[in-house]
Amino acid sequence: MEVLLDVRSLRTQFHTSAGVIRAVDGVSWDVRKGETVALVGESGCGKSVSALSVMRLVSAPAGRIVDGEIIFKGRNLLSLSEEEMRRIRGREISMIFQEPMTSLNPVLTIGRQLTETLETHLGMTSAQAEARAVELLSLVGITDGARRLRQYPHQFSGGMRQRIMIAMALSCDPALVLADEPTTALDVTIQAQILELMKSLSRRLGVAMLIITHNLGVVARYADRVNVMYAGKIVERATARELYANPRHPYTLGLLRSVPRLDEPRRARLQPIPGQPPDLSRLPVGCSFAPRCAYVVDRCREQQPPLEEVAAAHVSACWLARDLPTLVPA
Amino acid sequence: MTSTDRGEVILEVRNLVKHFQVGGGLFGGRPGVVKAVDGVSFQIRRGETLGLVGESGCGKTTTGRCILRLELPTSGEVVFEGRDLAKLSDAELRAMRRRMQVIFQDPYSSLNPRMTVGQIIAEPLAVHSIVPDRTARAARVQELLRHAGLLPAMARRYPHELSGGQRQRVGIARALAMEPSLIICDEPVSALDVSIQAQIINLLEDLQAEFGLTYLFIAHDLSVVRHISDRVAVMYLGKIAEITDRKSLYEDPQHPYTKALLSAVPIPDPAVEAAREHVVLGGEVPSPLNPPSGCVFHPRCPIAVDECRRVVPELREIKPGHHAACIRL
Repeated sequence: MEVLLDVRSLRTQFHTSAGVIRAVDGVSWDVRKGETVALVGESGCGKSVSALSVMRLVSAPAGRIVDGEIIFKGRNLLSLSEEEMRRIRGREISMIFQEPMTSLNPVLTIGRQLTETLETHLGMTSAQAEARAVELLSLVGITDGARRLRQYPHQFSGGMRQRIMIAMALSCDPALVLADEPTTALDVTIQAQILELMKSLSRRLGVAMLIITHNLGVVARYADRVNVMYAGKIVERATARELYANPRHPYTLGLLRSVPRLDEPRRARLQPIPGQPPDLSRLPVGCSFAPRCAYVVDRCREQQPPLEEVAAAHVSACWLARDLPTLVPA
Repeated sequence: MTSTDRGEVILEVRNLVKHFQVGGGLFGGRPGVVKAVDGVSFQIRRGETLGLVGESGCGKTTTGRCILRLELPTSGEVVFEGRDLAKLSDAELRAMRRRMQVIFQDPYSSLNPRMTVGQIIAEPLAVHSIVPDRTARAARVQELLRHAGLLPAMARRYPHELSGGQRQRVGIARALAMEPSLIICDEPVSALDVSIQAQIINLLEDLQAEFGLTYLFIAHDLSVVRHISDRVAVMYLGKIAEITDRKSLYEDPQHPYTKALLSAVPIPDPAVEAAREHVVLGGEVPSPLNPPSGCVFHPRCPIAVDECRRVVPELREIKPGHHAACIRL
């Protein structure tokens, strides 16, 4: 399958009074045409900053992309002018955020917010844009579109607002949608509705998706391939099935073991990952996960493990990755 | 508490109702009544954990706040350690409150940013004259920090210097300071990262075993609730849809809403997910301002019949010890 987005050695940093925060620290990942890729990790691991970097929306002056390439359809987005980048955002790559209420403008009608993009990016007349907006609303399951277009965001529920965000994201037929925690703020039954909608739309329209989430269940149900991030780096990547069946990084293993599962007998005790994620302005020498790792050996504290292949299309950044399934945690 | 006390009913909630008046005030709006909690009854026995699950707006948090009397119930009774809280004088209520503590979802906004961790934990000890002596109080703070899994040096830190997990541990230490018998845990782990959630859940379980605590565990995460609870109540739109022991609820759910909720939880395993059948519930939770007639769940229910629009289902025993509110069962 053809590569649509190729992120190479991306480094995004924030310069603060507390020092340089290496939010994204030399990561490479890609998204192929039509596939759904997940970036998984906990708060502060750099997953959202990765997506913002792709859109070139990292807030200056504190935040800057200091190194790397972001190749989209053969062009490096980092070398485009601001004007050229504006034509990519919302048209070829669009974004869905976690909180639909704060990402919709409260004083503009839904109709205005939907038609604006259509008029600027696709040069539609207002009548054409309005007809298309009604079509988009019905695509995301909102009926009575003509009336709904005249309403304001506060007149919709959280789930409905997220549907509107999806309609906006899809309005210009983008090739790629970046969805940053798209269902985290929603209730479970609504979360299921929205995820099913996103899945069926991406299939029908052939849109590639990057889902950013901390929810391992969401990833298992919807992603084709998964990148696990920790402290600004990708520590493991594989197809979803391979990753869950055969995790080869102690962090991935720890995440999978720490959550209670409804399909398994209840365990007497959960197995948390001890400690907490490192301060990104003071990363340890060697592997960033070493201080919390149950399998740590001396080498881990001295040398940073590279991301290396452990099986076909499966990479892990751990000195012990090959032997991990046979090792006993300390 | 000795182990022989286990089994006695420590908290009984009878027909609890909490309605909020909305609109009609300075900012106008149509006046109306939000039926946040609409006739909820349950019991908790000493030493057990009752999980209270449901989606946002189902009334689970308001139920907790009514028990703590942070909200005054519209009607109904809350009997805690044998005494009806509505009949207590202010002084008696204050004394009773010590026995009943709360841990909130957001550990950051529930800690005073201008106080050190040590001051935060010491304050209730001083206010309630539990440990009036200053030196003894400092020692007690150290002990409480240790119970919550924090280092003694943490006493000098401010909340902003702590991680989310550490802040929640401070919230737990503060609750323990009062030597309560019941702790209402309102979404205590939902703001935390996955790897930290398990640490806090294990801590809550350890403390329960050590101090014989009773928990009302309010949460929306069904997997977490299954892990920690002995019994579980499922709420929908101000009412209890189903209540039973953990095993029955998860292995043999009766109410169609419980079934849909369980089906909506994604399992962290693609192989399992691919083989699973998903009941995706249509529609959304209706507004508690204008709840549906009859069974409040009927507009979204896959097995609803005409009668469900008219008849309000009673919570009744479907199987021994397993109660559900559905006329179709």
